[in-house]
Amino acid sequence: MASGEVKLIGAWASPFVMRPRVALNLKSVPYEFLQETFGSKSELLLKSNPVHKKIPVLLHADKPVCESNIIVEYIDETWSSSGPSLLPSLPYDRAMARFWAAYIDEKWFVALRNFLKAEGEEEKKAVIAEFEEGNALLEKAFIDCSKGKPFFNGDHIGYLDISLGSFLAWLRVTELAASYKLLDEAKTPSLCKWADHFCNDPAVKPVMPETAKLAEFAKKIFAKPQA
Amino acid sequence: ETLASERERVIERSAMAEKGEDVKLLGFWASPFTRRVEMALKLKGVPYDYLEQDIVNKSPLLLQLNPVYKKVPVLVHKGKHIPESHLILEYIDQTWKQNPILPQDPYEKAMALFWAKFVDEQVGPVGFKAVVKAEKGIEVAIEEARELFTFLEKEVTGKDFFGGKTLGFLDMVAGSMIPFCIARSWEGMGIDMIPEDKFPELNRWIKNLKEVEIVRECIPPKEKQIEHMKKVAERIKSA
Repeated sequence: MASGEVKLIGAWASPFVMRPRVALNLKSVPYEFLQETFGSKSELLLKSNPVHKKIPVLLHADKPVCESNIIVEYIDETWSSSGPSLLPSLPYDRAMARFWAAYIDEKWFVALRNFLKAEGEEEKKAVIAEFEEGNALLEKAFIDCSKGKPFFNGDHIGYLDISLGSFLAWLRVTELAASYKLLDEAKTPSLCKWADHFCNDPAVKPVMPETAKLAEFAKKIFAKPQA
Repeated sequence: ETLASERERVIERSAMAEKGEDVKLLGFWASPFTRRVEMALKLKGVPYDYLEQDIVNKSPLLLQLNPVYKKVPVLVHKGKHIPESHLILEYIDQTWKQNPILPQDPYEKAMALFWAKFVDEQVGPVGFKAVVKAEKGIEVAIEEARELFTFLEKEVTGKDFFGGKTLGFLDMVAGSMIPFCIARSWEGMGIDMIPEDKFPELNRWIKNLKEVEIVRECIPPKEKQIEHMKKVAERIKSA
């Protein structure tokens, strides 16, 4: 079941691509990283993900798996005997990990993106309020899920840590651009400690984009008109 | 073989009913997200209390049990509350082991999750909202929706159900959403979205679905739902 070549189609700057990379590292699974060129889509990508034409795509023995969170779960189940579990074992805890991961993509990340787009004082205030509301929810979720341990998943990084942690580099870039502290020790002390632990983990360090490099990249892509 | 497995399910259902598990489901009759949860509970033979919700004037209970999204369905089991239909289906599958809903194989499971996301996030909105709005004209809206249905047509080709020989996760998601929800809006608008000549496999799948007793029990009444979808369409158009 775990045999077969592993390839990952992705890009260094994408938070969604970072997710399976962390998962593969946690499971000590070697893989070939097929980097897409920014602005174009390879034949392999279009063939492997005809529905969305998006990265990341995991290719395991040439069978494609799409959608970052689905890929992370697939990795967890396929290489279940290697490394700790990425998802909790109890059904309710699993549901909560998935619930917050979906919330992060559908609400929290959207609020983060809106941060840079916001124009004028009123809009900026509204976006900040929305974002901080989300942070408060995640701070509480962290306390509930971690039960005193360093990660959402307990002693080791898991699905939900990966889901939120993959956005930390972009969060830092946004903080620089907006000159505003988005993750504040005073408001979300647990999340700040968690972010520190996450970023220093050996499975994360090699695949977390450097803030300066990412900021430069962000300037380049946001300078172009949106396609 | 089908008859024997059906008999098995009836027996298992009776056994569960005797244990009296304390399950509550907050839902709305026309919500495909609610109906699919009911399919799963019935498949597993789990007795539950159904609490119909007013989704316009939301009850304090609903707001308390789903503070983040304030939506139905919400499952309550042993004091825990679980929102979001996909999460509820998986929770049900992991808590009651009989009659599995999700595939065991990690790859098959990843595929089921992928297509279920596709159904709810693309097929639903493109097949209903976009058709109602018809921003580029109705013909274009129908064409764009049909492009998405082509993917599902391919997925179900040669199978009785998306899940294989029996009803599974994707059947419940797609079944509640497509033939027993957005299709009622097409009927109200006089649109033949997935004609048999263009989508023979999907139509065959719908026929198979209608033959399953637990699915039939979870289909909202047709005329009432057509009226409901018309009202929803009006709200979308005026928004």
